[in-house]
Amino acid sequence: MIPAEQILPIDVQHIRSAFPILGRQVKGKPLVYLDNAATTQKPQAVIDALTNYYSGYNANIHRGIHTLAEEATAAYEATRDAVKDFINAPSREEIIFTRGTTESINLVAYTWGRANVQQGDEIIISAMEHHSNIVPWQILCEEKGAVLKVIPVNELGELEMDVYLSLLSEKTKLVSIVHVSNALGTINPVRQIIDAAHKTGAVVLVDGAQSTVHLHIDVQEMDCDFFACSAHKLYGPTGVGILYGKKDILESMPVFLGGGEMIKEVSFDKTTYNELPYKYEAGTPNIADVIAFKYALDFINATGKAAIAQYEHQLLEYGTGQLANIPGLHIIGRARHKASVISFVLDKVHPQDIGILLDNQGIAVRTGHHCAQPLMDCYKIPGTIRASFAMYNTFHEIDALVAGLNKAIKMLS
Amino acid sequence: MTDNSTIAGTEQEIVDEFSLFDSWDDKYEYIIDLGKRLPELAAEHKTDENRVRGCQSTVWLIANDREGKIFYEADSDSTIVKGLISMLIRVLSGHTADEIIEAKLDFIDRIGMRAHLAQTRSNGLVAMVKQMKNYALAYKLKNEVNDGYRSTETKSN
Ligand SMILES: Cc1ncc(COP(=O)(O)O)c(C=O)c1O
Repeated sequence: MIPAEQILPIDVQHIRSAFPILGRQVKGKPLVYLDNAATTQKPQAVIDALTNYYSGYNANIHRGIHTLAEEATAAYEATRDAVKDFINAPSREEIIFTRGTTESINLVAYTWGRANVQQGDEIIISAMEHHSNIVPWQILCEEKGAVLKVIPVNELGELEMDVYLSLLSEKTKLVSIVHVSNALGTINPVRQIIDAAHKTGAVVLVDGAQSTVHLHIDVQEMDCDFFACSAHKLYGPTGVGILYGKKDILESMPVFLGGGEMIKEVSFDKTTYNELPYKYEAGTPNIADVIAFKYALDFINATGKAAIAQYEHQLLEYGTGQLANIPGLHIIGRARHKASVISFVLDKVHPQDIGILLDNQGIAVRTGHHCAQPLMDCYKIPGTIRASFAMYNTFHEIDALVAGLNKAIKMLS
Repeated sequence: MTDNSTIAGTEQEIVDEFSLFDSWDDKYEYIIDLGKRLPELAAEHKTDENRVRGCQSTVWLIANDREGKIFYEADSDSTIVKGLISMLIRVLSGHTADEIIEAKLDFIDRIGMRAHLAQTRSNGLVAMVKQMKNYALAYKLKNEVNDGYRSTETKSN
């Protein structure tokens, strides 16, 4: 990591000018977009890349020998290289394109899971998982007669690490853990979690849906066996996800979807499968969005991930301080290490009412259970209001949120 | 003067009231006020059975019939939703099953509420309306069955 004093501050106004949507109005007010944990907005370069592909070199990839097919294939594969560099994977064969984090996790559950999890085995997840990292494992456990174990979360919204260590045993086949919680913002100590799991011989999947945009990701240093994330939370298009897996594991896994592209030779007697990564990319993929995703990664790299992280941390600190001044407001998730996500509840006021009244002022936040119902049950709340910040948000927008909240509270009381 | 003895008349009355507001802030203040004034539902009625599905907030709805007319009571943990329910009750309560089943309820569109609420929240509203109509339908079916019994009894006598 670069020491903080060497990181140049980012130019927020310059960044904002690259995102056309930020200029729009909502309900007659300038848009204040604070729902970045759900999805981020897209810079012009990403939008242009989509149009350029469709108007300039739309073709199916890997198959044609004509110029368009070659250009499209080169651009598609260039994104794979960019992703490899972005998460520091050892090789491009270990980067598989999916539809999103959800599909990446399901891919592992249906292939690695089915081949390696047996009756009586255990899978460990945590109480702060997104439904995408709960349900695939429940399905697998039900099918195999395996057992799902859950690491509890403490008052601050941190994992109870001692309980985790006590859950690990030779029965543990897999630990699947969220890197950054979408509902609380907690940054989990994945390195420690992975080391402990490896000691007992378990494999670890890291759900990086929220972390990849905020933190420096190095899958080799982390030593995770699988890493999943979504392009749309990284300023890229929807419908593109990444699954990184260690090569020896990916090679030994059974195939997932069968069809074109994933085969080497097909006959009615026997079909042989293609090499990595194509083995897991059956059918015509989402070519345009994969190509455009590279422009999002380029944008992040050009801005500088360390500079973005530093700025987002300032937004988090400022936002936390300002919100804490509002009487009756309680922040849910006060972990010592947090990404720029602030979840909160208000005394005697339903989150939905706040969401509606903020929307009426052009402010977009998320209200509800954030696809983490079991976590909400832990805190005995139906849901929270969540503001999540990206590199284009400003201190002024946080002031607008605070003013909007004060106004909404006044209207409701 | 509008005629509030019919469903359409009450709908028109609400549309006229809303036309007096020139901002959504004012509309919301009004809805919130309605929500606060709607009497709380007794705790014994806040059961799973009486919950309306499809809402981000929790809504409970019960219906009673008196002299061939249906009366609703409802509650929610969201004040705005309570305000919306209050309007639906004002429009539908005290009418016959047939009138309720046939009600157009286009006042929700006409006051701009459906367009204003995000789709997910609007779905909650739709779920509420559906539940109110379902009560009316159930009441009607029950009575038809009862009537049917009575008529067979008469015949057999
Ligand atoms: C922590 C976490 N995991 C998984 C997902 C699922 O991602 P996607 O919907 O892009 O598949 C999300 C999205 O909200 C998330 O926040």
